[in-house]
Amino acid sequence: MSRLDPYLPVLGVAGLIVLWYIAVWTQLVDPVLLPPPTDTFRAMWTGMVGGKLGSDFLHTVERTVYATVIAAVIAIPLGIFLGASERLYRSVEFVVDFFRSTPASAMFPLFLVLFGVGDRTKISVAAFGAALVILFNVAYGVMNARKTRLLAAKVMGASRLRILMDVMLLESLPQTFVGLRNGVSLALVIVVVAEMFIGSTDGLGNRVFEAQQLFAMPDMYAAIFAAGALGYGLNLMFLLVERRFVHWAGK
Amino acid sequence: MGSVAPAHVTIRGLCKRFGDATVYDAFDLDIPRGKLVSIFGPNGCGKSTLINMIAGLIPPDAGEILFDGKPLDQIKFGYVFQNYREALFPWLRSFDNIEYPLKLMGVPKAERRGRVERMVAHLGVKIDLARYPYQLSGGQQQLVSIMRALVVEPEILFLDEPFSALDYEMTLFMRAQLQRIFMETGTTTVLVSHDLEEAVYLADRVLLLSRHPARVADYVRYETPRPRDDDTLSQPDFVTTKAHCLEIFQREVRRA
Repeated sequence: MSRLDPYLPVLGVAGLIVLWYIAVWTQLVDPVLLPPPTDTFRAMWTGMVGGKLGSDFLHTVERTVYATVIAAVIAIPLGIFLGASERLYRSVEFVVDFFRSTPASAMFPLFLVLFGVGDRTKISVAAFGAALVILFNVAYGVMNARKTRLLAAKVMGASRLRILMDVMLLESLPQTFVGLRNGVSLALVIVVVAEMFIGSTDGLGNRVFEAQQLFAMPDMYAAIFAAGALGYGLNLMFLLVERRFVHWAGK
Repeated sequence: MGSVAPAHVTIRGLCKRFGDATVYDAFDLDIPRGKLVSIFGPNGCGKSTLINMIAGLIPPDAGEILFDGKPLDQIKFGYVFQNYREALFPWLRSFDNIEYPLKLMGVPKAERRGRVERMVAHLGVKIDLARYPYQLSGGQQQLVSIMRALVVEPEILFLDEPFSALDYEMTLFMRAQLQRIFMETGTTTVLVSHDLEEAVYLADRVLLLSRHPARVADYVRYETPRPRDDDTLSQPDFVTTKAHCLEIFQREVRRA
């Protein structure tokens, strides 16, 4: 491994920006549709520092975090409960898989009827989608606990409750984090889509949509990049927490 | 078969079927106290099934297994799995892995620490127990497993092919470790092995099983005093004992 290896990811970013400049200079794409990178980054800077983009960013973060927390609070205990008995999980597996496969966006009208126009609908649809992803992963994590480890606990005289608390719970943690990372990504997708429609006045989705309506292309790209950075950041945050608390994962 | 001293474990009329296969049918066995018995036999003859039934991991269909006349749930025992990687708890440091059975027994924390430290010192084990299992070598992890089984001061210790996942160098080292632990503790030990050299080298008695339904093909004594070392492997009584076991084993394999 060379000393330069850690900087390799920068190459891709630099390459993308170079291609972007080339596309702008050669007018490969209509300049109205594709502003130069400098304009975009300036729009991002001014938007994030005291502009509307910054407050929209925070609104989206808030909704995504609420949705993920609600999903986790419901899905983790339920997943452990269902996963602890394989037969119980098998009996609800089809229902979980069916709704996990249903596009959460198809649920908007239903949730609108239930919760009205506002944050409650956006957050609850996102929580619904994320909860099923988390539930599925937690339940599988518990069910796939290493048989030898469960036997080892049993042979040492651990009760069923002790085995659940001391072994199954910890065994399921790596898979639980997979669920949390997928869940938060899905929650962000749903929140951003919800912010574009159903009577929204703020949030990154609203910002992208509004900028496009006003043909403010640098603002639109800036909002897209902000959404991308948010998604990447949330994922990274969970990865770092996972590495800290689930140090044994993959070892 | 009958030893002079009363047997530690008595197995009578043991039966076990898996589907159509009768693995044990009216099987009797005595395991002598304070001895190391290794179990050897053809593939699939039910070596592991036997110690798993004795250790309560698999319920027998019929029969009785008693320890000094008592059932399993009234005695303390230790069990060491072949797959140390999956048997240890990777979220606990090695020291906490070893003291876990004491925690299950409700022993207070200070006493747990004391007991583990005394045992480690007594056995002369030189491993950094503040490490997590995955930071240790395979042999070290299995040594942690063995100490976890021993910390409750078991009346009997079961080992199911404990060194099969280790390379030869580590296997030799671990044999020496196990021999030393056995000499220190004198705990009745039952070892399943798929390596005849290992089975004889470590044993006081080698239990040779037939193909299933398993019978006792022979229950060979090997009484060379411990400590045994590499030279033991070339001494006449080792060589003849091993040759005898191999002959019985071949006879049982061919009997198919």
